[in-house]
Amino acid sequence: MNTALETVLWVIVPYACMAVFLVGHYWRYRYDKFGWTTLSTQLYESRLLRWGSPLFHFGMLAVIGGHVVGLLIPKSWTAAVGVTDELYHVMAVGLGLVAGIAVVVGLTLLILRRRLVGPVFRATSRMDKLMYVGLGLVIVTGMANTIVGNVIGHYDYREGVSIWFRGLFVLDPDPALMAAAPLTFQAHTLSALALFALWPFTRLVHVFSAPLGYLWRPYVLYRSRDTRMGERRGRRGWENVEDGSRMP
Amino acid sequence: MKLMAQMAMVMNLDKCIGCHTCSVTCKQTWTNRAGMEYVWFNNVETRPGQGYPRTYEDQEKWKGGWVRKPNGRLSLRSGGRLKNLTTIFANPTMPGIDDYYEPWTYDYQTLTNAPLQEHTPVARPKSLISGRDMAIQWSANWDDNLAGGPELAQNDPVLRKVSDKVKLEFEQSFMFYLPRICEHCLNPSCAAACPAGAIYKRSEDGIVLVDQDTCRGWRKCVTACPYKKIYFNHRTGKAEKCTFCYPRIEVGMPTVCAETCVGRLRYLGLVFYDMDAVLPAASVEDDHDLLDAQRELILDPNDPEVVRAAEKEGIPRDWIEAAQRSPIYSLINEYKVALPLHPEYRTMPMVWYIPPLSPVVDAVSETGQDAESRDNLFAAIESLRIPIEYLAELFTAGDTGPVTDSLRRLAAMRSYMRDINLGRDTDERIPQAVGMDGESVYDMYRLLALAKYEDRYVIPPAHTEQAHSLEAFATGCSLDTEGGPGMGGPGAGGPDKGGPLTGGKVALPMPSVRRSGEHT
Repeated sequence: MNTALETVLWVIVPYACMAVFLVGHYWRYRYDKFGWTTLSTQLYESRLLRWGSPLFHFGMLAVIGGHVVGLLIPKSWTAAVGVTDELYHVMAVGLGLVAGIAVVVGLTLLILRRRLVGPVFRATSRMDKLMYVGLGLVIVTGMANTIVGNVIGHYDYREGVSIWFRGLFVLDPDPALMAAAPLTFQAHTLSALALFALWPFTRLVHVFSAPLGYLWRPYVLYRSRDTRMGERRGRRGWENVEDGSRMP
Repeated sequence: MKLMAQMAMVMNLDKCIGCHTCSVTCKQTWTNRAGMEYVWFNNVETRPGQGYPRTYEDQEKWKGGWVRKPNGRLSLRSGGRLKNLTTIFANPTMPGIDDYYEPWTYDYQTLTNAPLQEHTPVARPKSLISGRDMAIQWSANWDDNLAGGPELAQNDPVLRKVSDKVKLEFEQSFMFYLPRICEHCLNPSCAAACPAGAIYKRSEDGIVLVDQDTCRGWRKCVTACPYKKIYFNHRTGKAEKCTFCYPRIEVGMPTVCAETCVGRLRYLGLVFYDMDAVLPAASVEDDHDLLDAQRELILDPNDPEVVRAAEKEGIPRDWIEAAQRSPIYSLINEYKVALPLHPEYRTMPMVWYIPPLSPVVDAVSETGQDAESRDNLFAAIESLRIPIEYLAELFTAGDTGPVTDSLRRLAAMRSYMRDINLGRDTDERIPQAVGMDGESVYDMYRLLALAKYEDRYVIPPAHTEQAHSLEAFATGCSLDTEGGPGMGGPGAGGPDKGGPLTGGKVALPMPSVRRSGEHT
């Protein structure tokens, strides 16, 4: 039987964080489109950013890709296409280390820049600082996982954490799997959940604005003044007479 | 053909005295806010000079505008779509705050609360970027009136294209002002570079705007605009730009910069162009053909075929009439005195300039000659090759022909009008020498020299008309119908529109607003 603590940590907290994540984004998009931005500080400083930002962001893209593969794709599937455990392990550790190091170096540069460059520090909000703490925790524990789980000891997260994670989405998470995971994996998961809960209220929302549509859209956009106005609905109680009973 | 309307501007540089009133009133109206301290939607540059931001015209460095590829297609100089996305995390060619200037305020408080002391207290400059004390080293207009002279002016990217020998003589003889706003281009590279698709051209009047709710602060537009007229608001993290004062234009008022221009040198009006022809025109091979391509793009509003096309696109009658009275069309295509700024950027800019003749006149006066005699002026335009070459680098991609033509027409106007003003017989050979006739020279004189308010600004207030119609729904008298007891004169919406309840006879404007519920 699961203890109450296990249930709280690995069932209730994850769902609560996911709920905050989803509702938070809806709320933010609905009421704060104007604040939905990357809040770039490149105008103040370019030299450190030129190295730090691409290292961090491209590293993160690889890390996210790795997590998608590691968490979402069951072991049996990769085995079915002929990927042996050894091959998977080598690839995961190799790519994971490279991406992880890029992320750590990038983030270090970015945090140093944020602290040491006066105007950048001045433009840093309290929420930014909280976000950096969360992000830093997730990344440090994540790196620890790669090292603890693969290099020093051995923990096959695809038999544990991944199954629990997928269970969340079919409403059948097994908290025992998480309880059995090494401490660093538990810490990584919890800090990531905290970051997800924080996410909609930080500048991290810009992740969901990744402008992939740019690759296909026409270069120059035309927009009519009227259609924009038509999108705005009148307030209740102020409908035009025409909208009401007299319309056939 | 897909006919579109565009609000455009012409500035007569001959009349600009460099007073910066336009910059100041624009700033007070639009950019007098935190995060926008360094932003000047309108600025006035002394030429030769580095401009704002410094050396922005050096596209090898700043990568603005379009380039024509060997296969004849246009590509953003800052890179194609894929490169634009892969460099999204750090823009490799974005101007930093130092390329503009570090904005500051003064610590005025010390003037009043400093303790009694031997020396008068000083209000020290405080940076609005770092908040610290700072040494003021540059500003939006640091090299005004050639301040800094040869040291600064030699970094002018336009001047560098003119040969070294020319430069020295040039600096002794020539200076003029160049007021600049957003060009509201027909082929805007800022919009093309925006990954989020937040920058758009309004289909009604061609004004280029940034949707503040859609902009995500990717900063690609700042690089892509060759005029560097898109600015990054460092407080909100969004791009902002000159709006062509659209709230004023919509109600038929001129932009703030135009309205407050002391020299009355700005002209506003509507032009028609064929949207399908923009890309071919912007893609012509030879840079020197771009001016003519752009001139041809602007359609003759008196051509019945053009009028028909405009009607087909649903452009209201008063807009067509406004386009026919537009000073812009006459200055660009009838008198051919207005030229676009840097057509070689291939963005098809829609703020045009009449090159300054005054420096030439001044040069002639200084020699003791009659500066308004036709022969002297014409000869001076030809012999003062230096300013011509410089002007050509600005307005015609280096082709001196059209600049000379424009200046000769302005010179002819001066000589021809002097005879009239002195009560002498006119010399019809003067207009003939520049391919005009006396009547059109006189009309041009009225437009350029007298520059009456209603001639300078022909802005169709069609949007107001729509607003009034809307208002009519709420305030119109329900008895004021055709045949009704209240009927007396035209309906509330104007002479061509009935009252609000005249049945199916009248097409009511802006149905999308009235029936907004259907869209949701």
